[in-house]
Amino acid sequence: MSEVRQRPHTKMVTYPSNAVIPERDLGKNPVLECSHLGIEFGGLKAVEDFNLVLGRTEIAGLIGPNGAGKTTIFNLLTKVYQPTHGSVLIDGLDTHGMTTVDVSKAGVARTFQNIRLFGNMSVEDNVRIGLHNQIKYDMFTGIFRLPRYFTKEKQQHEKAMELLDIFGMSSLADVKAGSLPYGAQRRLEIVRALATNPKLLLLDEPAAGMNPHETQELMDNILRIRDTFQISVMLIEHDMNLVMGICEGICVLNFGRVIAKGTPEEIQSNPVVIEAYLGKKKEGGQ
Amino acid sequence: MNAKRRKLIYNLSTYAVVVIAFIWCQMLLNSGGMTRSLKGQLVPICCWITMAVSLNLVVGISGELSLGHAGFMSVGAFTGIIISGWLQHGMGMEDTTLRLVIALVAGGLLAGVAGVLIGIPVLRLRGDYLAIVTLAFGEIIRNVMNCIYVSVDGRALNIDFLNPNLPGKLLLNGPNGAVSVGKIATFTAGFILVLVALFVVLNLTNSRSGRAIMAIRDARIAAESVGINATKYKMMAFVISAVLAGMAGALYGLNYSTLVAGKFKFDQSINVLVFVVLGGIGNTLGSVIAAAALTILPELLREFSNYRMLVYAIVLILVMLATNNPLIQQVTRNLAARVKRLFSKKQPKVSVKGGDQA
Repeated sequence: MSEVRQRPHTKMVTYPSNAVIPERDLGKNPVLECSHLGIEFGGLKAVEDFNLVLGRTEIAGLIGPNGAGKTTIFNLLTKVYQPTHGSVLIDGLDTHGMTTVDVSKAGVARTFQNIRLFGNMSVEDNVRIGLHNQIKYDMFTGIFRLPRYFTKEKQQHEKAMELLDIFGMSSLADVKAGSLPYGAQRRLEIVRALATNPKLLLLDEPAAGMNPHETQELMDNILRIRDTFQISVMLIEHDMNLVMGICEGICVLNFGRVIAKGTPEEIQSNPVVIEAYLGKKKEGGQ
Repeated sequence: MNAKRRKLIYNLSTYAVVVIAFIWCQMLLNSGGMTRSLKGQLVPICCWITMAVSLNLVVGISGELSLGHAGFMSVGAFTGIIISGWLQHGMGMEDTTLRLVIALVAGGLLAGVAGVLIGIPVLRLRGDYLAIVTLAFGEIIRNVMNCIYVSVDGRALNIDFLNPNLPGKLLLNGPNGAVSVGKIATFTAGFILVLVALFVVLNLTNSRSGRAIMAIRDARIAAESVGINATKYKMMAFVISAVLAGMAGALYGLNYSTLVAGKFKFDQSINVLVFVVLGGIGNTLGSVIAAAALTILPELLREFSNYRMLVYAIVLILVMLATNNPLIQQVTRNLAARVKRLFSKKQPKVSVKGGDQA
């Protein structure tokens, strides 16, 4: 198994950021590089020949009709499924043979389509669990309450509050995560993912169940997160306003295959995409 | 009141209940107000409380159903007896306190080793399968214990399988179990053991490792996606639980002059599970109270003689029904809220401060 490289902590810059994003070396030193990625379940090719290069601080969208294999791609990237074909490189690191945990340590964080929070725990504890590999102390320190326990717990608390503040959720820190409203649960999932100090954030339908106002807020927040943490974002979304609004590159999937790639404008006018979503025009149609 | 303070109050009240119960028992003992049969139950109660607290770590906090907990108790008990016997007859150590401490530590360690060995295959399984395999391991341990013969000869400790003809003084006599054990367990030692178990479990749950364990219980895939090694933390909970069970076993074993492996049957594992479920899964204080109450209950029901276990079962069913009744839950919740209001009135400063922070 290849060793997970250590990387420096990302520094937060103040928002609104008007800083020019450094290292915008799209393609030259990519965060994510998938080549010929694919998986078969029995004979069913759920994803086939998926190629993608995602540059630093780029926001990419993954769209397609239901059952196109979008979430499967996320599961392949995070090694919930082991791909049967192709390779995934995260920041130049081959993820072959890695587990979900290794991929997380390598810098990929994700949220889930069907929210998977630690529902019985408080909002703060959820974020602290995200900080698991960032602020560490061992079991004995925890049980015997050595001095290190208190300093590290304080660090965790401060960092968790700082992260919750991004979404203005620090006042909810003591609330049970399971009892939060739906939108807040989605936001908490993003905060928890950010706590792992990722290079690449995978958002699986972040705007699902949100009203237009909340979606607008989410769009601002995604951009802000990208700027403050200097990370790349890849998102699956059915809300076209969001996808067209913030994504720099879009990849359209249908039946496990990429049918189109390009900028939002290119995708909007692509006949193949329109066909996939709306169906083919009848020959000599009315 | 924030979550941290709530946790602190919960933990402190857990310790307080145990300490107050101990002091009360000591007072009863000194005044002679305790019946003989109840006096004999004091150490076992401590053992069963420790067992319940440790099983709660696996069932409640780690979220895995383990049905072989008596197996770890058995390992701890026989290790404790052998070590204590060896120290007494082989090394000539007469200090019972020191012997007891060493026996407890040894019992815990060996049970921990058993926990690791069993955990490696078992924790690859999930749900029902894990329960069934732990059940089998509990039975295997019991049957192995039935075949082991141990004797102390001078300073040497002889261990053999299926061969009772060992030189020296026999400590463990196969199916006849441990014979002529020095009864060195004391109520104070039991009390300290309970405190140790509470200290370990409560501190663990409020630490990074404990949160990781609970995260895996709530959403395994999400926990792995934030970089928590599920197998490692499940193992951690399982082994700590086994160590505590081993220590409880050692104390239990050293409280009787004879002990057979048949004492740690499947029913005992289920018994401990009943304590945990009745006390509320994941609720440590509940486990303590349930374990104590359900160990005393059969003693208090002696006047029903033959119908004792029948009454015990009925009481158990009634308590389960009562604790799951929404009406009764509502009443207790209201009561808790009223108590809380009472406290916040007494300390108005705290509530104002809390309001500012919110």
